[in-house]
Amino acid sequence: MDQEATAQPLVPSDNSRHRTWVKSTHWVGTASFLLLVFSGYVILMVHPRLYWGEVGNDLTPALFELPISKNHQHGGWAKAAPFFDAPGSPVSSSRTFEIFNQNGWGRSLHFLSAWFLVFTGLIYLLLGIFSGHFRKNLVPGKKEFSLGSFIRDIAGHLRINSSAFQYGPQYGLVQKCTYIIVLVFLVPVIVLTGLTMSPAVAAAYPVLLKLFFGAQSARTIHFFTATLLVIFLVVHIVMIIRTGFKQHIRSMTFGK
Amino acid sequence: MKKNNLLNRRNAIITGVSALGSLLLNGCSESSPPTYGNILRMGDMLTYNAHRTLLPGQSLVKEYAHRDISSFPATGTTNPGDSSRSGFSEDYERFHRKAFADWSLKVEGSVKRPGSYSMTHLQRFPLRKQITRHTCEEGWTAIAEWTGLPLRVLLQDAGILPTARFVNFIAYDGYIDSIDLLDSFHPQTILAYGMNGRNLPVQHGAPLRLRVETQIGYKSMKYLQKIVVTDEFMDNGDYGWAWYTGI
Repeated sequence: MDQEATAQPLVPSDNSRHRTWVKSTHWVGTASFLLLVFSGYVILMVHPRLYWGEVGNDLTPALFELPISKNHQHGGWAKAAPFFDAPGSPVSSSRTFEIFNQNGWGRSLHFLSAWFLVFTGLIYLLLGIFSGHFRKNLVPGKKEFSLGSFIRDIAGHLRINSSAFQYGPQYGLVQKCTYIIVLVFLVPVIVLTGLTMSPAVAAAYPVLLKLFFGAQSARTIHFFTATLLVIFLVVHIVMIIRTGFKQHIRSMTFGK
Repeated sequence: MKKNNLLNRRNAIITGVSALGSLLLNGCSESSPPTYGNILRMGDMLTYNAHRTLLPGQSLVKEYAHRDISSFPATGTTNPGDSSRSGFSEDYERFHRKAFADWSLKVEGSVKRPGSYSMTHLQRFPLRKQITRHTCEEGWTAIAEWTGLPLRVLLQDAGILPTARFVNFIAYDGYIDSIDLLDSFHPQTILAYGMNGRNLPVQHGAPLRLRVETQIGYKSMKYLQKIVVTDEFMDNGDYGWAWYTGI
């Protein structure tokens, strides 16, 4: 790996180096994202059931459940009492099981990390737009984008053909498309579904509840979007390892 | 731990830095919840200030139809009259045995007319019914119909003073918590004595509970004993959970 990296003939020219603000927002963003994934997982462990619609709890059916903590199907509920006399009435039941719950710090850490990502994201967004970074480096050119070249690029990735890569912002077609999907689709969806779960924000902007089909649907979409972002991270790291890990880290940290 | 110097460089630097930090925080002493030097609590306060600055004040939460009422788990303290469980209160057990007939809610602090409100007195105020979604910090939600009187009606009846800034709630199961005046005067912040058309059941906070619909479920305290209105934040120490949970 080390030899490969040093043997690379590519010496990036000045305009193919990562800019300072790209490097710093990349790493602050990385740290915030990892903290969000960690705290988000701890929060999910407290209630590892996902639902669709507005309502979901241990007394209503789940879309699916994840066996990720002792809270999974714990069954510690007292005899259910119906609210109404009619058959099929919703019920109430008291919990008799000491659940795993670390949300005191889990939630606060999640929101603190989200704040870091919000500030970093705003800086990245403004500089990305006004420096021309998005236009020059992320949006594929008209000539560049064709189905044939897209398929060829994917095939190149699968064959571990790293001939077309560079250290720095000379991104390939698939790479550009992936980054754009993350930035204009996955990130907005995960931010908005997160805000939908906030009672104060959903009160101020009830359109969020309509947009995501309810508070529990927003939570489920939040989970799937987070999963996609983690898959993106894994593929991103795999590609970096395959094309010279040290060189990439150096390029994204020191710009050389 | 071997050396026990009164002053060394590391301590001097730490003291200096924390003194600088306290300068930064000076603006928010007493009149708002302390952060105890805990970065998580600082993040909570950032969220609180951002919500109060950026969100339109007192937007109403979504209200649902009667058919949307769902099953509703009872968590936390589910019976303060049960001596075998945590949150036991002898007083509560006594009130419970007499079906809360001689129970009353005390209102104290920065009000012109401190006193006690019996249940019949509370039920004489104009009532509000609302079918709302309860959002638990654990991740689950449930919809129920709540009947009660708006908290602001009670605060105005007691003659809340213009100096007041926080409304504190003391419950029989030992919980103490507070909300700010914006949430206290929110039209959907009610003191509920009814749930789904019946008297509030014991596991959901009988005889009277708070409903703060703009925040997470644990702010909606059950088993209310006393309300204390204060001009400054009543500091009960950092118990590890965010004070403001509109998120």
